[in-house]
Formats: sequence, C-alpha cells, structure tokens
Amino acid sequence: MRKWGLLAAALGLTMAACGGGTTTTADGEAGGTATAGSRLDVVKDRGQLICGVDGGIPGFSFVDESGTYSGLDVDVCKAVAAAVLGDAEAVEYRRLDSTERFTALSGGEVDMLSRNTTWTVSRDTSVGLEFAPTTFFDGQGMLVRADSGIETLEDFAGQAICVETGTTTELNLTDQMRQLGVDFEPVVFQDADAAYAAYDEGRCEGMTSDKSQLVARRSTLPNPDEHVLLEVTMSKEPLGPVTVNNDSAWFDVVKWVTYGLIQAEEFGITSENVATFEGTENPDIARFLGAEGTLGTDMGLPNTFMVDVIGQVGNYGEIYERNVGADSEFALERGQNALWTDGGLMYSPPFR
Amino acid sequence: MTHDSGSKSFNLKAMLRDERFWKIAFQVITLVVVFLLLSFFLGNLNRNLSQMGRAFGFSFLRNPAGFSIGESLIQYRPNDPYWRALMVGLGNTLTLVAAGIALTTLLGTVAGVASFSKNWLVHKISRVYVGLVRNIPLLLQLFFWYFAIFGALPNPANQIGVLGLAFLNNRGVYVPWASSAVLAVLGIAATIGAAIAAFYLWQWRTKIRIETGVGGQKQSIALAVLALVWLAIIVFGMNWTVPEGVEGGGVTGGLRLSREYVAALTALVFYTSAFVAEIVRAGIQSVSKGQWEAARSLGLHAGIVMRLVVFPQALRVIIPPMNSEYMNLTKNTSLAFAIAFPEMYSVATTTYNQTGRPVEVFVVLMATYLILCLLITLVMNQFNRAVQFKER
Repeated sequence: MRKWGLLAAALGLTMAACGGGTTTTADGEAGGTATAGSRLDVVKDRGQLICGVDGGIPGFSFVDESGTYSGLDVDVCKAVAAAVLGDAEAVEYRRLDSTERFTALSGGEVDMLSRNTTWTVSRDTSVGLEFAPTTFFDGQGMLVRADSGIETLEDFAGQAICVETGTTTELNLTDQMRQLGVDFEPVVFQDADAAYAAYDEGRCEGMTSDKSQLVARRSTLPNPDEHVLLEVTMSKEPLGPVTVNNDSAWFDVVKWVTYGLIQAEEFGITSENVATFEGTENPDIARFLGAEGTLGTDMGLPNTFMVDVIGQVGNYGEIYERNVGADSEFALERGQNALWTDGGLMYSPPFR
Repeated sequence: MTHDSGSKSFNLKAMLRDERFWKIAFQVITLVVVFLLLSFFLGNLNRNLSQMGRAFGFSFLRNPAGFSIGESLIQYRPNDPYWRALMVGLGNTLTLVAAGIALTTLLGTVAGVASFSKNWLVHKISRVYVGLVRNIPLLLQLFFWYFAIFGALPNPANQIGVLGLAFLNNRGVYVPWASSAVLAVLGIAATIGAAIAAFYLWQWRTKIRIETGVGGQKQSIALAVLALVWLAIIVFGMNWTVPEGVEGGGVTGGLRLSREYVAALTALVFYTSAFVAEIVRAGIQSVSKGQWEAARSLGLHAGIVMRLVVFPQALRVIIPPMNSEYMNLTKNTSLAFAIAFPEMYSVATTTYNQTGRPVEVFVVLMATYLILCLLITLVMNQFNRAVQFKER
C-alpha cells in the first residue's frame, strides 16, 4: 500500500515539474525582444486585421445588404490593413456594442477598435488603452421630437432620456444634469438599436449621443423630419482608433497610419494622384512615400506603406467627404475636422 | 528463492493489476490536472494583466461611480461610490426576484392544476400556454412584452385610468401604495405574520376536530379576528396614496412601477410559470390513481381530494425541481438588462466598462448570484424536509 502511494506521489511530482517547465518557457518568450509578441506580428502572420467596429452607424461603420462595411471608422481599419498587409480588404470586422468593446480589445479578440470611442484620461490609464490620433472631433448632442416643446436641457425635468450604457455620453449626461440641478430619468440600454427603438416609440423624450451619431441615426428613423437636434453641445468627444496598452510597436503603426492619412491630405496626395508622386523631387514627400529613408521599415512595415494606404483608401479629406461630408447624404461641414491649415484641428506631426 | 525475492522487489505487473493503486492514482491525476489547469489560467490572467500594467484588486469600488440609475430602492446619487451603485442594482434584482417567485408560484400552480380540469377550455388554455411559452427564448419574450405590449400603451397625455385607482402609460404602471417606505415594509411584514399565524391556527383547529370530532369554534373565531385585524391594518394603517392623473399627462402620487420593471416581471413570470406548471402537473400525476379513487369512494368531492389528499403528496415531488426553477428565475433576471431595467448585471456592466475591470466585477457578480441561489436552496431544503413522508 505504502509503495503505491509513494509511486503515485512521484508521478504527481513529475507532472507538476513538467507543468512548471512549460510555464517557465512561456515566461521566457514573453520577455523577449521589443517587437516579439507584438500584435503587429500576430496580424502579419494571420494575414488579416481584425477590427472592432459598431456596424450600425451610417457614415461611420455600417453594413449594407450585401454585407459590405463602409464608413469613416471602417476606412481607418482599411488604411491600417493596407499599411501592414498591403491589402485594404484584408480586414475582418467584428461588431461590438459599447459594453463589449474594451473587453474584446484587452482580451485580444480584436487587434484594434475603430468604433466612435471617446479619448478620455481614465480609459487611457485605468482601463488600459492607447488612443491613436482623433479621426473625428465630435460633441455630445440631444435628439428630441420636434413637437415635444423641449428646447433646453432644463426642460427635461421629470422626463426620460434614452442613452447607451458604457459610453462617455452616459457620464456627461449625468454631470450636466447634476450641474443644472435637473432631475431626469435615465433609461439605459446596452444595445444602440434597442435604445433608438425605445426613443422612437416614445419611451423617452430625448436621446443623447455624439452629434454625428445622432445625425446618422436620425436618417434611419421612420420619419427623420420629426426629430431635431437641440442647440446644445454637452461635451468634447474626440473619437479615434484604440489599441491595447503596453504594445508600443503595434500602437505606433496604428498611430502613424492615422497621422499619415492627415499628412497625405496636407501634402495634397490623393488616391488618384499618388502614382504621379513617384520619383518626386520634394524630400518631405519622398520620405513620406518611402522613396527615401527608412520610416516604414523602422516601424516594421514595408517602406512604401503610405503608397498602399493612399492608393487603396485615400487621404483623410477623401475619407471624410465620401462618408460623412459633401459627397454623402449627411453633408456634415468639415468644421473642427478640417486641416489645421484651414482652421481645423487635424494636424499631423512631421514624418521625419 | 526467486519466489521469495520477487515478492519483496518492485513488481510493476502486480501493481498495475492492483485495484488500490488505480484508486489512488486516478485521484492524484485528477488533482494534478485540475491544479495545472487552474495555475495555467490564473498565470495567463496575471501575465496579461501585468502586460497591460494593471493589478487585480477591488479598491476601485470606493471610487465615485458618476453615472445615474433610473430607479432605486435606496438613496443613490451619481457621486456615490461604485459599491453603492452595485447595491442599487442588487436591490432592483431582489425586487424582481421576490415578486417573480411569488407570482410564478401562483400562476404556475394554477396552470398546472388547470391541466387536469374537466373543463375543455380551461384544459386547452393551460396546454397551449405551456406549449407556446416554454418554447420561445426568454430574451425574445422580454422584447415582446417591452416593445409590443407595454410599448403599445398610450403616451402620458392619453394615459389609461383604471377605476381612478391605477394608471397605465408607456412610461410605466402607477398603483396605490403606502405613503412611506416604512409603512410599506410594516404592511408587508404584517401580511406575512398574519399568514403564518393563520396557518398555525388552522392546523390547531384541524387537529382538535380530528381528535374530538367537534369543537374548534374558538379557533375559528380567532381566525376571523385575525383576518379583521389584518384588514384594518392594511386599509387604515397604510395611509394609502392613490395616483392621480395630471392635466396634460403624467401622474403624481402612488407607486410608479417603471415600464422596464413591469415588462421584465411579466416576461419572467410567464416564462418560468410554464415550467412550474409542468412540474406541478408531473407532481400530481405521480400520485397513484388509487389515492384518487380511495378518496372519491369516501365521498369527498374533487376539490377536496385535490387539496387534502393528492396535492400534499404531490408536493414531495414538486419541491425539489421548484428549487431549480426559482434559481433559474433569479439568474434570468440578468436578462432584464436588455430592456434597460437597471438590475445587478446592468449596473455591473456599466461599472466594468467605466473602470476597465471586468475580471473583478465578474467575480463580484458571480459571487452575488451564487449567494442568492444558495439562499434559495437553503430555504427550499427546509421546506422540502417539512413535506417529506414522516415514517413512523
């Protein structure tokens, strides 16, 4: 009896030792060189970018009847895929609601988010995210029925406001109303579709979200003309792509591809004329497009990555006009989203 | 000689044939595998958390929440800490669970007993209800009640009044209620107390009548007095406020049950009751036919047979599966999140989203639902013991 017990114990010990061995190797791998274990390598090996989007906001990310994704957020995913893989279509989109998005990102289900995500300090630090440059400067607005008689936020005393959970808008709304001393009833939905449906059939007097989103969503309501945006801006909402914390190799790629879109517009390089810049005399543009220097390879990308991005997706101006600007049904002014040279906020640090 | 040395030295073949070795070996292997799996997952979590520069911990629960919650049993302001917000969610979950269990027991039992009805219509309604409701996912039913039924109610300007006592509109249901929370709690306590007292009085009366064949008048009088006192407390002691419609829409006074709460409660009760009805039906069918026939041959009519002979025996079979239905109901309340009812899961989701601490929040969530379910089991086990056969 005793013999068996000893042997069994020995067996257990051996197995535990083997297990311990595997753990050590895993640790060893994690502590390798800087790029080792980066998302960048994962994406390259996979040959496809997995991008988290909303999928329900026309103009930003929207799936049409044929299953094709389009929108400003979607084009940012495409730009990153074009830069890393040379193919703007090598993207798998994951539709995420506002509560799933950060867990999906930090859990590694998606490589990046391009999903109307507001850049805030707590998300940058305590939630553990990295925010790439803002691709759309927005502000929080309030949608009401035109015949409701509501003109200011104070009119919401005792009324219900529909809001999507897990958003900055939920917090801003609370802050604003607390400041104004207005007692309102929040009706908090997880799913944006359910929230707009409840607003539409009269559960709430108001629906609050980013203004661009409200404008886009209004177009999907049964009678868009019956709804108006209040003349209030409740907050600053800088929206942009997001990656996970402590992976600077991957974060740098997403950050500089996004900047590249803005820089391309500043240089006047578009998807149509990018080929004519081959062999350009301008050293700034030559460096930018990878004819000179090693900006791309230093980042772990092909040196001419911006040629692929601009050729396949276009520059920021093109993306904007096509999806939400003059060439779209929303016809939003560039406003804050114009280049800094035109009085807007879009500014890229130099590519040098 | 060889034989002698063989028995002392290590004999692998003999060991592998020995049942005792395998009994121990399997336990050790299972333990090691469980340990390895656990350490792998925990190590993985730890590595990933430290890669993102975060540590596991619950101190974030003391930070101000910053979001508002639509309805709450306890005082809550947006600058209260996260743990208080979670308590608000728990309170809302508990109101849903308590009302849900009470109504489910009632409706489920009625539907289950109705399936034995000789009345064709009653029988068919019971069968169709169970067949239909049991086979549609609960989430769909929640949306159905929320959007199709309660969403179809008129807006506050055109609200429906019920005998001037209650109001219905697409914001919620307004019913008469005690003027203060303290009175409401006292009223509920008085009701439960009166019910328990009545139960024992009734047992006492039955016992006396069985033993002596006559009497029990004193107990009957006591029961009547008890009922009168209870009625007096409820009618005059509660300081009822009745909801009143306001000019141009809206309601003041009374108790407002939000549309989210009413829709969630209705969906949960209808869904769970269908399962309870089947459990009750199975329980009643488990009582042998001879019991029916014997009771009927004593000259008892069908209602009495059901109440005094069949149902008490059926309870033995009914109670254990009821326990799991109550637990299902408790856990299913988390689906009310989809129709914007601010219960525990909804508040927890907002919390982990704002703090970026899904692991910690889910630990809290799992512990909460586990404790709730264990409490239900505890109560049901006591109840189960009470209805088992007493072997003499």
